[in-house]
Amino acid sequence: MPVLGAELFAEAERIKARYPQGRERSAILPLLYLAQSVEGRVTREGLKEVADLLGLRTAEVEAVASFYTMLRLRPTGRYVISVCTNLPCALGGAKELYREAHDVLGPGCEDATEDGLFTLHEEECLGACDAAPVVQVNFANYDRISKERLVEMIDALRRDDPPPPSRGAFPGDFRKASRILAGLEPEGDA
Amino acid sequence: MSEDPRILTAYWDEPDTVWIGRYVQTGGYKGLRKALKMTPQEVIEEVKASGLRGRGGAGFPTGVKWSFVPQDTGKPTYLVVNFDESEPGTYNNRELIERDPHEFLEGAIIAAYAVQCRTAFIYNRGEFLHPGRVLERAVAEAYDKGFLGTNILKSGYDLDVVLHRGAGAYICGEETALLSSLEGYRGQPRLRPPFPAVEGLYASPTAINNVETLANVPHIMVNGAKWFAGIGTEKSPGTKIFSVSGRVNRPGNYEAPMGTPARVVIEEMAGGISDGKRLKAWTPGGSSTPFLTADHLDVGLDFESIAEAGSLLGTGALIVTDERDCMVEACRRLLQFYAHESCGKCTPCREGTWWVTRVLARIENGFGKPEDLPLLSELGDNMLFKAFCALADGAVSPISSTLKYFLDEYEDHVRLGRCPFADRPAEGAEPEGPSGDEEERREAPGALAALEALAEPETPRPIPLSEVLR
Repeated sequence: MPVLGAELFAEAERIKARYPQGRERSAILPLLYLAQSVEGRVTREGLKEVADLLGLRTAEVEAVASFYTMLRLRPTGRYVISVCTNLPCALGGAKELYREAHDVLGPGCEDATEDGLFTLHEEECLGACDAAPVVQVNFANYDRISKERLVEMIDALRRDDPPPPSRGAFPGDFRKASRILAGLEPEGDA
Repeated sequence: MSEDPRILTAYWDEPDTVWIGRYVQTGGYKGLRKALKMTPQEVIEEVKASGLRGRGGAGFPTGVKWSFVPQDTGKPTYLVVNFDESEPGTYNNRELIERDPHEFLEGAIIAAYAVQCRTAFIYNRGEFLHPGRVLERAVAEAYDKGFLGTNILKSGYDLDVVLHRGAGAYICGEETALLSSLEGYRGQPRLRPPFPAVEGLYASPTAINNVETLANVPHIMVNGAKWFAGIGTEKSPGTKIFSVSGRVNRPGNYEAPMGTPARVVIEEMAGGISDGKRLKAWTPGGSSTPFLTADHLDVGLDFESIAEAGSLLGTGALIVTDERDCMVEACRRLLQFYAHESCGKCTPCREGTWWVTRVLARIENGFGKPEDLPLLSELGDNMLFKAFCALADGAVSPISSTLKYFLDEYEDHVRLGRCPFADRPAEGAEPEGPSGDEEERREAPGALAALEALAEPETPRPIPLSEVLR
């Protein structure tokens, strides 16, 4: 089953065209985001198709993909919850926050919860330290999150009713967020 | 400077600051109009004369950097904007983009003109999904109004801007790692020389600048180099946006002239230490700059004064701790970050950050030994200036500075066999984080010996190279 169907193949070509001729390898990250936007993670097939698009070997693409935390090679939920526990957030109680999230979501949530809804990620500094402790859901920021608020947020996400982020619009599920990261419109023509 | 000293953040308080209409209304893109009537060389000379220095951490003079970009190589030249802001405690670039993206974009266009670049790249930190969308819209607006594209403002100058999103790697803030990443490889640093100015992106001449640096440029064009040089200190002119976080009443970004005493930023602008506590330590420029203490509050926040006090201005990110906070745990958490973010290219960094994190966790959890303290120091020495890039050097900053100023806290941990701060009620730091080594987690006092044996399977001590070679 091809990951990138005909319409997406056209988008992939547009992504490549952002970079100077002969430098299409630069498109590897947005192309991997595009593959991730289809499957909700980067699979072997996704790696292979990106490799084919760029004239690379699958192993070369995997070597790149495995370097970056936002490209998910492991099972991934519909909502990726990132809890920053770096020092400024830790001073605001982020460790307890992460532990609470882990307790609520249960074992194995570093990959995906059994219902496929959540992935919990212990995050490094998210660059919003005035709002510590900071949580992201699919890379949308939520400022000054308490344990109680986090539990409420998880409940709302279970109802498929994402709370509005502190800034900007909610990007949608992890696939849609990946599409934005590929530099494409959230809804798109695909 | 008795009146409002804000330059970069002057419009942040207003609700409708973000889009091009407001920006042009308040004088935006005048700097670009002026620059395009000058020769690129004249623009470089003006920025040189202003004394503007890079705000990303190194403080290199911006105009000098541009002047190093050769124009006679037969290759295209590039401007690459480093918007991979990831230094713990730092969030001034993000807020600049979220609140006034055109100020930065205008600076970027002027910089591109100065180095005669036709395609500029903005490397946008991956996790900054929303700031990236703000930038995408700002870039589209600039094209629409003729500030980007072909024949900009009928000057004959053409420029395209490409937004490139990263994918989660602190190391990509290092300029050569950023270039590797932008070229489609793992984000690992490269050897310098050749410097990016000569062989940067696609082995072509490249200027790499930070967002805050570029946001200063339109103001220099409009008001002149002399005006800019008169703000701040002689060697560190201009203002700086200081990101204050941690134990203060009003964490936030505060713009102040370079050289403003830390006391003013922490106690006045950020409202002082929260809950009436006493300040313990603060970083002047993010986690990679050595901690300073209450004894240094009257030091001016500029490149020279902070260096003289034994630290670095870095990104101007002040992470503040107070008397409630355990500095061993603070150091351990920061080293966990460096161990996670080390790209793995150089042994001293890859191995050093990992081992130091383990030793720190051992001390924090009450298993430390007296010899661990010189061991930490030795491990730090084996990392400092021993790797390709500055990540390992940055990792040594919390180690060396906490050992220097808070040795008593380390000694207390070892002597008591526990963290002296851990049994404090309420929000005090707990002894172990979620990602600490399971095997080193303290279960109960009775299990201590057994766990210690487990945690310490004849820990191989790093042997100094000098002993191996002897």
